Amino acid sequence: MYTEKVLDHFQNPRNVGDLEGADGVGQVGNAKCGDIMKISLKIENDVIVDAKFKTFGCGAAVATSSMATELIIGKTLEEALAVTNQAVVEALEGLPPAKIHCSVLAEEAIKAAIQDYYVKTGREVPGGGCTGCCGSCGHDHGCADEE
Amino acid sequence: MNRPTNTIYLDNAATTPMHPEVITVMTEVMKNTYGNASSVYHVGQDAKAVLEEARSSVAQSLNCLPNEVYFTGCGSEADNWAIKGYAMANRKKGNHIITTKIEHHAILHPCEYLEKNGFEVTYLPVDETGLVSLEDVKNAIKDTTILISVMYANNEVGTIEPIAEIAKIAKEHGVCMHTDAVQAVGAEAINFQELGVDMLSLSGHKFGGPKGVGALIIRKGLRIEPFMHGGAQERSKRAGTENLAGIVGLAKALEISVANIPEKQEKMKEMRDYLISEIEKNIPYIKFNGHREHRLANNVNFCFRYIEGESLLLMLDINGICASSGSACTSGSLDPSHVLLALGLPHEIAHGSLRLTLSANTTKEELDFTVSKLQEIVHRLRLMSPIYDMSLEEN
Repeated sequence: MYTEKVLDHFQNPRNVGDLEGADGVGQVGNAKCGDIMKISLKIENDVIVDAKFKTFGCGAAVATSSMATELIIGKTLEEALAVTNQAVVEALEGLPPAKIHCSVLAEEAIKAAIQDYYVKTGREVPGGGCTGCCGSCGHDHGCADEE
Repeated sequence: MNRPTNTIYLDNAATTPMHPEVITVMTEVMKNTYGNASSVYHVGQDAKAVLEEARSSVAQSLNCLPNEVYFTGCGSEADNWAIKGYAMANRKKGNHIITTKIEHHAILHPCEYLEKNGFEVTYLPVDETGLVSLEDVKNAIKDTTILISVMYANNEVGTIEPIAEIAKIAKEHGVCMHTDAVQAVGAEAINFQELGVDMLSLSGHKFGGPKGVGALIIRKGLRIEPFMHGGAQERSKRAGTENLAGIVGLAKALEISVANIPEKQEKMKEMRDYLISEIEKNIPYIKFNGHREHRLANNVNFCFRYIEGESLLLMLDINGICASSGSACTSGSLDPSHVLLALGLPHEIAHGSLRLTLSANTTKEELDFTVSKLQEIVHRLRLMSPIYDMSLEEN
């Protein structure tokens, strides 16, 4: 059901943990749906110099978070914002259809962390950013109230 | 992924390995009894004799009449047939069916189908241990009620329902009673006559028989529509050339299973309770699911807070351990198991469920290894979990 690459990132996740004094932190998803991703970033001169993640979720959720951190380390914020869920899926050599939402969550976690950095540094968020709720699960998380 | 060298199979509620004797008798049938049981010549009649011998054997194992045994293609077919076949044949009497929220989908989905076709279905709640209340059953019965279907034992949390008592209530009200006994046949001593139900579903592969064969026991004289229209097989109720090898295998597996139920249960209960106490002793932030006493002898079910079930299963598999979970990710939907939700568990806790189902051959060494790995894995996944952090901050 999972590719070798997904299983590798699940068994040996890269960049697990929190960053001390992170410049941007993004958390998306909901425990009710069974997946939460948190990505922390260290940013210097608009370049992501380090990224860590913590995830509650299935094998694909762990693997997509791990891959997402690998894809954005060393990238500029602009480049990282352009990383799509499709790019995460491709880097993992595919995901089962039911698990595509995990890659969406990973993309949203990156965007949420960068947005947090922009907000903290008082800069305008390009493209408006992410609310942290993908809304694709159909559960009522009361996200509308959170905004 | 490299396959682990040693397999510890703790998913006997999903399916069981076939008993070697079952394989032998099935092989004999496949080699020697190729006839179509409907043919008049001796080759066909030999097959017919083997078929009827298997039917008598099943009847003997369950204490019903041979002509009350109808072979099907699986347990789901038996369930579908019982619900839809009975409802359609008796719709003039009424359109109300009573079942529970924790049934298998092979009961729930036919009920939902009937709801779309003019029937009314009451889905009874269960308490936090998974037990149905007799009062609720009584209160749900009305003039239009024609059928009550309650599972003998729940496949996820192992709770055994008071079927004989519910059957008594059904009888008092002149309502037909079906039980999905797929998880119980071969594991619990079941006497069809004494139990008092009108229909009972079973599946061969749950007790050491082959896949692709089940049976519905239908009390003599009960009015039910045929499941499959066609030839005259199964007294014109279930058309299709009989899966003779499968049927013989089911009968043999059942005969072997019912021969030593008390001994098997005693051994498995000891192992089950050992596993439960070891998990409770060694792993914090867990929730035991199901009933402590009214429970299948081989079922252990826990929720591990702050982690998700599929991750747990993958990690266990890396260590050779096969288990099951009611998390959304393993159910193929976005919601965790309807059974765990019916027990009142919140979504976030239900996502972290793990079911371990033993066999009579499960050893203490296997369980010790499983608990030690489980401890490591749960710890590792929690360290990776942002909600574990949050809970630590809160406390």
